[in-house]
Amino acid sequence: MGSSSTETKMMRLNVEIWRQAGPSDGGGFESYKVEASPDMSFLEMLDVLNEKLMADGREGIAFDHDCREGICGMCSLVINGQPHGPENETTTCQLHMRNYKDGDSITIEPFRATAFPIVKDLVIDRSAFDRILQAGGYISVNTGAAPDAHAVQVPKVQADLAMDAAACIGCGACVAACPNAAAMLFTAAKVSQLALLPQGQAERSSRAIAMVDQMDKEGFGACTNHYECMAACPKGITVENIARMNRDHLRASFTSRD
Amino acid sequence: MSPATLDSKVPTGVPLADAWTRHKFDLPLVNPSNRRKFTVLVVGTGLAGSSAAASLAEMGYNVKAFCIQDSPRRAHSIAAQGGINAAKNYKSDGDSVHRLFYDTVKGGDYRAREHNVHRLAEASVSIIDQCVAQGVPFAREYGGLLDNRSFGGAQVSRTFYARGQTGQQLLLGAYGALNRQISAGRVEMKTRCEMVDVVNVDGVARGIITRDLQTGEFERHAGDAVLLCTGGYGNVFYLSTNAKACNVTAAWRAHKRGAYFANPCYTQIHPTCIPVSGHYQSKLTLMSESLRNDGRVWVPKTQGDTRSPEQIPDADRDYYLERRYPSFGNLVPRDVASRNAKAVCDDGKGVGSTGLAVFLDFRDAIQRDGRDTIAAKYGNLFQMYERITGEDPYSVPMRIFPAVHYTMGGLWVDYNLQSNLPGLFVLGEANFSDHGANRLGASALMQGLADGYFVVPATITSHLAGASMQAVSTSDDAFAEAEAASRDRFQKLLSVRGSRSVDQFHRELGQICWDKCGMARNQAGLTSALSEIRALREAYWQDVNVLGDGASLNQNLEHAGRVADFMEFAELMVGDALHREESCGGHFREEYQTEEGEAQRNDEAFTYAAAWEHKGDGQSHELHKESLTFDNVKLTTRSYK
Ligand SMILES: Cc1cc2nc3c(=O)[nH]c(=O)nc-3n(C[C@H](O)[C@H](O)[C@H](O)COP(=O)(O)OP(=O)(O)OC[C@H]3O[C@@H](n4cnc5c(N)ncnc54)[C@H](O)[C@@H]3O)c2cc1C
Ligand code: FES
Repeated sequence: MGSSSTETKMMRLNVEIWRQAGPSDGGGFESYKVEASPDMSFLEMLDVLNEKLMADGREGIAFDHDCREGICGMCSLVINGQPHGPENETTTCQLHMRNYKDGDSITIEPFRATAFPIVKDLVIDRSAFDRILQAGGYISVNTGAAPDAHAVQVPKVQADLAMDAAACIGCGACVAACPNAAAMLFTAAKVSQLALLPQGQAERSSRAIAMVDQMDKEGFGACTNHYECMAACPKGITVENIARMNRDHLRASFTSRD
Repeated sequence: MSPATLDSKVPTGVPLADAWTRHKFDLPLVNPSNRRKFTVLVVGTGLAGSSAAASLAEMGYNVKAFCIQDSPRRAHSIAAQGGINAAKNYKSDGDSVHRLFYDTVKGGDYRAREHNVHRLAEASVSIIDQCVAQGVPFAREYGGLLDNRSFGGAQVSRTFYARGQTGQQLLLGAYGALNRQISAGRVEMKTRCEMVDVVNVDGVARGIITRDLQTGEFERHAGDAVLLCTGGYGNVFYLSTNAKACNVTAAWRAHKRGAYFANPCYTQIHPTCIPVSGHYQSKLTLMSESLRNDGRVWVPKTQGDTRSPEQIPDADRDYYLERRYPSFGNLVPRDVASRNAKAVCDDGKGVGSTGLAVFLDFRDAIQRDGRDTIAAKYGNLFQMYERITGEDPYSVPMRIFPAVHYTMGGLWVDYNLQSNLPGLFVLGEANFSDHGANRLGASALMQGLADGYFVVPATITSHLAGASMQAVSTSDDAFAEAEAASRDRFQKLLSVRGSRSVDQFHRELGQICWDKCGMARNQAGLTSALSEIRALREAYWQDVNVLGDGASLNQNLEHAGRVADFMEFAELMVGDALHREESCGGHFREEYQTEEGEAQRNDEAFTYAAAWEHKGDGQSHELHKESLTFDNVKLTTRSYK
């Protein structure tokens, strides 16, 4: 299977990969050579490299991945300086080796941010994102307490905008791309989604305040309008969401009763 | 030991349509102020687990939840694209709870339990209400009402969707509800944490052993009930549309501690996936079933026709689905479409470099409706296809091939979703309950959420409010024994230091299962698979190469543990396929087919769920039967001619 055309087009690559034994280890780059076929996905190239390393008695490179189809948000590599690599609106796992050619050099690093400590090699800890959502990224409705789904109409434009924001996969590329390692795009996507829907109105103000507070507590940087986040986002989340969140936050700060 | 009888605990003496309401009334209640005294361990936080954990915590129970990924939001449920069914009848096209029930029982080829399916259809309605209230941005019409589509050949429009990301949006809704309870301190959430054993005390499931994937530490957790919501076992085939971490470990460990495994041979193969491109292939990507609404499936009429597809005139093409099934054509159910693709490829007419693919051609649809219309409908799918294959489906037909997608089998549960092991409940894809031998499109999301939001929060009292529960402590012998056994297993894997990688073994296992227990099965193939699997398993423990240690993140070791369980589970799956001497749904035995080559059930002998009991390593499993009765639908032969 797959013996014919693909193998004849094999390319040889030099890869520089960040290796770090654990959270407290210093870490550094190591160079490897790997052969890849253009039909491989980027992660399959790493699989092949890992098989080779292990056959030589060396531990494989740790990297996060799961769905391998661009939706779970696990994969999180900085490839030649770009979070998720060169392709627009494409996660690492959806990137294919036909973007590279024989002899290319590729540098691979984890998403870097103070709020995303490295666990091992290319694996990072993104639990700060979960804590931001725990602070208020939901609508408080107990199971069984919901009215009929048609009780409230939602204009299609609003629903579509909410869906645009909700498409965030929580990968953290926005943070990795930002010179300040800010988490504004991530936080704003959730704040916006819920603020755009009638169901989200009751907690709209408290939500914006609580989530922004938590974001600051986690050690993410401040937004200085570089918009690198939007360029790196594999799901096309726009900075309009940040504007929307800022408006809500401002309004909420003025009207807050505490 | 005399075989325990399988009591499904379905309500008797009540009409089907009233059974669930009546059952809920008959169930004992736990006083709200007493609920916090009970600890529920929820293993897995995909749709089923997140919804259950959140709902139970809201009710006041003390919940501890666990998942493998770094966040509940990344569970495999996130990848579901198409939609979720519900009998809302918002389109006034004749849908009803009864019709959804009927379609599901028939779609499952009459191998599901009527009462469970009816309850599922009832709950479907409340699921949509719940999700909308949580802020799930379902697709809407211009008037602001919810949009529906018809899915997977259904004759009514009952599928709710959120673009091509329905699973993502539903999971984010449930994860939001879970987050709310985490922040309220009612759920303790452990991520990157794998359950490696169930602990029984006096024959009741009272705890679990976990391994922290970051530190390698083993931990003991005690509770009053254990909920397994750990998903399906499709990755036993190595290549599947499932996420890479999907596994059978939790279910298999529970099975080895006494829980029966039901109908493991019922696996679903999805007809429209992107074919394998090379030996390095790590997973397969599903292309939405909706493509078959406009694409026409064909292969060249003659073997070895190497012309490029555009150059093959219609006269030399075999539109085999349209030819064989004039009334359903390209829209025949998943199992039928998959089997036919295999048949033409076996016949040497497959296309592409591997010969294991068929064409899905949009030429005629583009000519008829225009490129823009097709792009509006399928643009994102076409783009995904092009990204993976490097080919443009607007000008060259897509190449597709079936792939493993879903597993209907799972741990046996009664009407309360409790396994035969008291205290152990099983939800979502991990149980065997609602889909019989074949699952209909958009019904898995519905089942996971029904189980988690509406069924278990009601039925868990059957266990908790029952006999007075003795307190258990994690220092009990049963915990110590289970922890030691788990440590040994992982240590053993680390100490082999053989010559073949975990992935190599996993691929080999997958190939055996796919070739001999895949789309078509027969006695000779299954028999040889049994011995091949045993030999491979032996080789595994002699020759697998797992590097590193167990004291930090070690992805290779994680994978090794899961493959070890797949190696044991595969034998049961194949054995079940061998024992079921009939064809039904996703289980096609070549010996049992009609003259026209369609699946032939044997209702007289096989109208039962096969629940297998583990009798010890190296011993054969014991079969327990739950006979299925159909009082509300008539058993017919599915026909799509
Ligand atoms: C590509 C694709 C598309 C699909 N599209 C649809 C669709 O359109 N409509 C539909 O109805 N269905 C669809 N399905 C099926 C559906 O997505 C799944 O059946 C369903 O989401 C399963 O949900 P679950 O909660 O049971 O399990 P999962 O979502 O698989 O969650 C399992 C959970 O268990 C955890 N876990 C597993 N093992 C352990 C362990 N040992 N210890 C601790 N935690 C563990 C995992 O971390 C995870 O949290 C699709 C499936 C695929 C593969
Ligand atoms: S692995 Fe899931 S998004 Fe990349």
